[in-house]
Amino acid sequence: MGIGSYFKTIFTSVRSLMSGMKLTGYYFTHHKEIVTQQYPENKAKGELILPERFRGEVIMPHDENNEHRCTGCQSCELSCPNGSIKIITKQALQPDGKKKKAIDTWVYHLDMCTFCNLCIEACPTQAIIMGQEFEHSVFDKKKLKKILNEPGSQVKAGVE
Amino acid sequence: MITANEILHSIHVGLAGAITNEMLLAITEMALVGITLLGSLVCLSFFLGYMERKVAAFMQIRLGPNRVGPKGSLQIVADTIKLLFKEGLTPTSSDKFLFNLAPYIMVVTTMLVIAPIAYTKGMQIWDINIGVLYVSSISSMSVIGILMAGWSSNNKYSLLGAMRCGAQIVSYELSIGLSLITIVVLTGELSISGIVESQANGWWLFKGHIPVIIAFVIFIIASTAEINRAPFDLAEAESELTAGFHTEYSGMKFAMFLLAEYINLFIVAAMGATLFLGGWMPLHFGVDNGFNHVMDYIPGFVWFFGKTFFLIFIIMWFRWTFPRLRIDQLLNLEWKYLLPISMVNILLATLIAIMGWHF
Repeated sequence: MGIGSYFKTIFTSVRSLMSGMKLTGYYFTHHKEIVTQQYPENKAKGELILPERFRGEVIMPHDENNEHRCTGCQSCELSCPNGSIKIITKQALQPDGKKKKAIDTWVYHLDMCTFCNLCIEACPTQAIIMGQEFEHSVFDKKKLKKILNEPGSQVKAGVE
Repeated sequence: MITANEILHSIHVGLAGAITNEMLLAITEMALVGITLLGSLVCLSFFLGYMERKVAAFMQIRLGPNRVGPKGSLQIVADTIKLLFKEGLTPTSSDKFLFNLAPYIMVVTTMLVIAPIAYTKGMQIWDINIGVLYVSSISSMSVIGILMAGWSSNNKYSLLGAMRCGAQIVSYELSIGLSLITIVVLTGELSISGIVESQANGWWLFKGHIPVIIAFVIFIIASTAEINRAPFDLAEAESELTAGFHTEYSGMKFAMFLLAEYINLFIVAAMGATLFLGGWMPLHFGVDNGFNHVMDYIPGFVWFFGKTFFLIFIIMWFRWTFPRLRIDQLLNLEWKYLLPISMVNILLATLIAIMGWHF
């Protein structure tokens, strides 16, 4: 190793170490950068901020006419890697007298779900989304079996 | 202004009034000093533990301990109580005598090193005339405790960690010694109090030109390695050796290692502050001017601990920024960079001392 490269090594390494120390020094002096959320307290104060894409649970949004967007195609059921979705379909009577496939019950086993998001990816009509609710602890396991479609709801007109 | 000397003298007079036997008086005073030292060192390591966790948290954009006590300040006390109640396990196939002896050796060596450190004017446990030599020789004895712990555990991780640690401490001892000698050459004294007095007209970092600045940087790097802290924590590299030489230790014996580690951190910072930043000496420029008199109103105690904690913060800053070195990189850094540089540096410092170029 030549004498030039010897000193060059020293200076480049000192410079790179300094740039690291500059960043940690910045974080040390700027406490507003802290990302820690103090969970139970900040919920009471209403300061709990969840990311937009946070995966709490699978939910099925209904509009004001009690209509959802699920056509009962069962793509989600097929895509679920651990079988937490079970869709029971029926033949619903249409206003024009024809029969059409529709969902009867959309069963969601929260206790088996790993929140992998594959069902949401698979859904062709965006009928299901991930909700922000994450406090799911219950005393009885049976309460974790949920039926997502509201009673008496039907598929929105025009959703195929 | 009341000086520390006067306080200590009044305590001595008060005790002498109560105890007439001279031998008994000396023993009582020694016991008092010992108890005070032990108590303050435990408090100090509590504080350093809390400081370490908070500094680490803020540098990693976290909050750190914040539940036990105000701002989490009692967290470390709770942890210590937990360690006290834990079982001190001794592995069946270990060398039981050495295994149980090692933590005490570690603590005793660190307690020995702390003796000649000057806290403020006249407040020093042992004003020995070879203070710097004493500190550098005794502090290298802690490697015996580490090797003992690693060997007696009868565990491959412990032994590997201890051997690495031995290689590391033996190598970095050289650079530390040479950077201390830089100051000794300039001062012409080995006693801690003499070195502090020599900085009455300015700290060595400002008086000694570039050689002292280089020596200071080398001292900080080498002492970080000496006390086995990151980025030189190969002895306990968690990801490779679980915990290195103290893998098998638990409960109070583990706490002893932790205590020794924090006191060592304090000692190297205190030595750096004493030799390069003037110890308890206030910030002085030149002799007898208005600025010096203003600075003299701040007690030496505050100056000493301010400088020491500044250096401790720097070492913690290193720990939470730099990645760990590999063992060959570690030895490269010492033998190919720090040692040659400090050898040339000491030559320059000697030249400055002979020609009287320093202020």
